[in-house]
Amino acid sequence: MATTSTSPGAPSDTSALRAKRISRRRNTRAALLFISPWIIGFLVFTAWPIIYSGYLSLTNYDVINDPEFIGLDNYQRMLEDPKVRLALWNTFYFTVLQVPLYVMVSLALALLLYKAGRSAGFFRTAFFLPKMTPPVAVGILLLLLFNGQNGLINTVLSWVGIDGPAWTTDPTWVKPGLILISLWSVGSSVIILLAALQNVPQELYDSARVDGANWWQQTFKITLPMISGAMFFIFIVNTIAAFQTFTEAYTAYFGAGNTTYSNDAALFYVIYLFQQGFEFLNMGYASAMAWLLFLIIMVFTALQMMLSKRFVYYEGEQR
Amino acid sequence: MTAGAVGTEHVDDAGAPDVPGTPPTRVPPRPRKPKITVGKILTFVALISVTLLFIYPFIWLLSASFKPRGEVFDNKILPETFTFDNYINVWQEAPMLLWLWNTVFVTVLAAVTVTISSALVAWGFSYFRFRGRNFLFGIVLATMMLPGAVTMIPQFLIWNNLGMVNTLTPMWAQNLFGSAFYIFLLRQFFLGLPRDLFEAARIDGANNWTIFARVAAPLTKPALIITLIFEFQAAWTDLMRPLIYLRDSDKFTVPRGLKALLDQYGFGGNWHWEIVVTASVITTVPMIILFFLGQRHFVQGIATTGTKG
Repeated sequence: MATTSTSPGAPSDTSALRAKRISRRRNTRAALLFISPWIIGFLVFTAWPIIYSGYLSLTNYDVINDPEFIGLDNYQRMLEDPKVRLALWNTFYFTVLQVPLYVMVSLALALLLYKAGRSAGFFRTAFFLPKMTPPVAVGILLLLLFNGQNGLINTVLSWVGIDGPAWTTDPTWVKPGLILISLWSVGSSVIILLAALQNVPQELYDSARVDGANWWQQTFKITLPMISGAMFFIFIVNTIAAFQTFTEAYTAYFGAGNTTYSNDAALFYVIYLFQQGFEFLNMGYASAMAWLLFLIIMVFTALQMMLSKRFVYYEGEQR
Repeated sequence: MTAGAVGTEHVDDAGAPDVPGTPPTRVPPRPRKPKITVGKILTFVALISVTLLFIYPFIWLLSASFKPRGEVFDNKILPETFTFDNYINVWQEAPMLLWLWNTVFVTVLAAVTVTISSALVAWGFSYFRFRGRNFLFGIVLATMMLPGAVTMIPQFLIWNNLGMVNTLTPMWAQNLFGSAFYIFLLRQFFLGLPRDLFEAARIDGANNWTIFARVAAPLTKPALIITLIFEFQAAWTDLMRPLIYLRDSDKFTVPRGLKALLDQYGFGGNWHWEIVVTASVITTVPMIILFFLGQRHFVQGIATTGTKG
């Protein structure tokens, strides 16, 4: 009885130990075989590119001629390039306004869906559909709906007596227009927050109600802390995405034949990087720009992580 | 690990009442629930207004695609002059059929290869225990944080050296090596499977491959479908890769072609917005169909990534 009940994981003699070692080695080999696609892909398409991009950033390279080593000149040039400054300003402007708005709108819609109860499925579908629209088409919709003279937005605004701005041509209004249309695709964040809301245990609300807590107290003392993890996730993911915003703005304001628009206002960092790399073939300079972007994103993500320690409640943390 | 499984179940619950009319069992019935309150009416008014706001651009676009050139911007829901001409002209103005074929080719290959490769890798990370596993998986997660801009130029140089710029290969071939996000996602699902199943299969004589292919993969079918449709959407809608790699019009994917049409007919002197609008509809409709086919999987997949984050 006593011998049968000992756990099989505790071998009593050396032959069993050796067998275990052999099986573990075979195990490792099998595991490496399964993950080998990723290892190859990582080495070829991630690790080497990172190293090579670091090297390129110290060179002058136009694809046709060999890279010419110029030390830190590219970084020096970036500091003095007014377009880099402009692109950074545009990108920060967009990120600082878009991310909080995006999170707030997502939360408001998720709360609405949560209150809708059994009809939530239908509305959720409606909220998610824009997310399926290809970003190129979103960029085109921006030009059409926000058109200053006869676009839908200004037509609706004129009904209530507001003389809408020239969203797509007035430099002051180009970025607000891009931010507004980006809110159209909050769908996936709404789904994440709705799932988080539905995971909040009902008992918490029941006992709070017994204690006489009102709606505001329930929202701020129960709901928001309980979904703060999901909120933080959306916040970080969208900040990283906002720093790299490209397609909608590029579609609407850049490209062949499009020089009439005041596109300085829409020159985001990745757009300028793309132009430098693939339109002007300054691959060394574009690589240096990529590293600056990487640094900025790392700093912001680290800051947000530090903040999250103070504001985010993770279940199980205190148990 | 158990938290993951619980999260998925909750998500699945939420995904159930997709079809309006089927009685869902989302929230356990609360006692003494008032029938109709002011708050409820306000909630629904808000929901319906927001829905209109979200759906209206589609209606606008679809309606405009049936209007003649002069009426595109008239902002009427129903076209005053109803015409199919745009749908005939767009095929003549641009090689739409070729673009659609290119996109289907790229999209199917991208989705299928990334699903298979990511599943293999995810399985390697979730089933086996080996030294360095957590370190390697840490690298997988770290690559998700890396901005695409850093690797974009060297990757282009690789494909350039292989002579594959201006071919469709760079659009999908990197998916042969798995993708960090899907590896992460699929691993979560694999970890949710009971280990006893695999031990039982092993006793029955299954080897590592058959355990993966015959036991684990069929059990994670929903997750594999999620990966497939996510990547299908990502590949279909991508503009940056085609901008970098595709030069000739006969190689374009639909988004790249749509951008070219916008440059030609939107601005650039040759104003034919009705062509741009119609091509936008043609680019978007396959994604709408994809969503309605895989709605449950989309919702579940997105909710899972959020709750695992």
